[in-house]
Amino acid sequence: MNNKELSPPLLETIRLKKYFPTAHGLLHAVDGVNLAIAKGETLGLVGESGCGKSTLGRVCIRLLETTEGEVLFNGDNICNLTKTGLRAFRRKAQMVFQDPYSSLNPRFSVEQLIAEPLRLHKVYAREQEMMGHVYKLMDTVGLAKRLATSFPHELDGGRRQRIGVARALALNPEFIVLDEPVSALDVCIQAQIINLLQDLKESFKYTYLFITHDLSVVRHVSNRIAVMYLGKVVELTDHLEIFENPQHPYTQALLSAIPIPRLDVRRQRILLEGDVPSPVNPPEGCRFYGRCPSRRDECQRTEPALTERSPGHFTACFYPGPAKTDGGQGRAIP
Amino acid sequence: MPDTEFILDIRDLAVRYHTDSGVVCAVEGLNLSLKPGEFLGLVGETGAGKTTTALSVMQLIASPPGEICRGEILFDGLNLLTLSEEEKRHIRGGKIAMIFQDPMTSLNPVLSVQEQIEEMISLHSAIPREKVHEKAGEMLTLVGIQAERGSEFPYQFSGGMKQRVMIAIALACSPQLLIADEPTTALDVTIQAQVLELMQELKHHFNTATILISHDLGVVAELCDSVAIMYAGRIVEKGSAASIYNSPMHPYTQGLFNSIPDLTTIVSRLNTIPGLPPDPVNLPPGCCFAPRCHKASPMCTESSPQIKEIDSGHFVACFHPSCSKPSSHKEACHEQ
Repeated sequence: MNNKELSPPLLETIRLKKYFPTAHGLLHAVDGVNLAIAKGETLGLVGESGCGKSTLGRVCIRLLETTEGEVLFNGDNICNLTKTGLRAFRRKAQMVFQDPYSSLNPRFSVEQLIAEPLRLHKVYAREQEMMGHVYKLMDTVGLAKRLATSFPHELDGGRRQRIGVARALALNPEFIVLDEPVSALDVCIQAQIINLLQDLKESFKYTYLFITHDLSVVRHVSNRIAVMYLGKVVELTDHLEIFENPQHPYTQALLSAIPIPRLDVRRQRILLEGDVPSPVNPPEGCRFYGRCPSRRDECQRTEPALTERSPGHFTACFYPGPAKTDGGQGRAIP
Repeated sequence: MPDTEFILDIRDLAVRYHTDSGVVCAVEGLNLSLKPGEFLGLVGETGAGKTTTALSVMQLIASPPGEICRGEILFDGLNLLTLSEEEKRHIRGGKIAMIFQDPMTSLNPVLSVQEQIEEMISLHSAIPREKVHEKAGEMLTLVGIQAERGSEFPYQFSGGMKQRVMIAIALACSPQLLIADEPTTALDVTIQAQVLELMQELKHHFNTATILISHDLGVVAELCDSVAIMYAGRIVEKGSAASIYNSPMHPYTQGLFNSIPDLTTIVSRLNTIPGLPPDPVNLPPGCCFAPRCHKASPMCTESSPQIKEIDSGHFVACFHPSCSKPSSHKEACHEQ
């Protein structure tokens, strides 16, 4: 499952930082993240609101400028691309946004929306060829041709998200950032879109960065999963390993918090104290210190680095597992 | 069947909204009853009519465009639909309380949380004035907020804390019926876990009859004794939590379970229900689910199936109900 050894990384972030200035100080949205996404891999990025996962996704395709660090795409640093270079990069890296209601121009029809990237990048000289491509894209994402002249407000959430996917695919990219692509959808529609994304990946060999807060979705779609907490990646490993053998106390608590739609699975929750602290001027030491059930004095002074504790399993914790829960069906040791 | 057996008995309720694009049949022929102390999960997708049902019970359907065009809502034997505004106000909040989905917008931003709880108590209970402050503090402690924080304002609280305040307000007058409309949907998963834990405790503490509206079958599994599944304004299946989770009979319920990625199995594709929920302005004839149903027969498009008791306490509105354990085929490939 771990594609890392099989192919060189398509995208790599090196000590990536993104800070936002606020009235109260610097907001550390992404704070020193090292990640590598192999070609053809789906890396799931999970975390709660405000952990910096969307910012990381945006910095990866340079929708936001980095504060510090590098993003390498096919070995090239995209942070200092020229205007022409950036334009070429945009064709290779695309994004699907969470909210299909607000990410589509309400005054464009479906075909105009899907044609927009093709038009902007002047892919086709002739209108007719371009529209041919648009209809092919509509077919690929499962939008009936009769909807070509409809407007977003006439369509339901699932269809709107299909438009978002078609727009991302239009330029035949290599890498797609999916930022909560199914979070705004009902479960049945969600399942349809997940299947679509999986099929597309299989046919076109895309590489995905799949950002979500839904752990059952991310387990289903990803090869590897990175867990973020307050701007840091705290654990990174194979998608099944993380559920079976979570090492970081935060991952363990997060997994134990998922409500399972079955009655035969009963488990002990690890309840975290309080809320996620503010990412503005975060304290020294481990970011999770304040809520961690296994914290010690050392954790408050020094920050644990993300280290490989077993092959392919990275954890940023001084006192990682043995897990107090055993994955999806965890039972806490009292 | 005497009315007093149920705290809430909804009979043949139909609610319509008159909109520019036509008449929306939000709820159609809904029957639902709740015993004292029962914790019912009302599950369905967006537009299934869950919130409309809740608002009908609260008598909060805005008219126009909404209209309750048929049915009875008996609360403790009293038909809510025939009460005067004043009588409704008396019941609403005091005897029937509601927790809304979005704690960010349902609290008053210019009143301290203490005042908001006190307001509820002084409006709806006979507690003497001087005790009101004390009682509000008790409610805060009960939902896990230090009473000293009562003087703070909603903006000073996080989402989870605000939802705790909402719960404190709702339970302040010991209502006989509580309606919680997606109480944890807006919260992060670790905060959701805290709120679910709290609701679990309060369930034992107060033993209030509760309708929990949710689209999350996981949340419902944690809290509910019985479950009703809604589709296109109708209840298609209801029964004890065990019967719904272990042997769902309606094809829609089965599809719903199969659409959720399971945490204990590995599948390459998710099972989906083909198509989309019907347009509520233009519902299909017969069974509303027939156009998406793999079992549909000509009979299904001709007449609408009535809800029938298939097994003891397990009601299904389908001509071709069948038992299929949603996880049985998956258990075969249970992970290592």
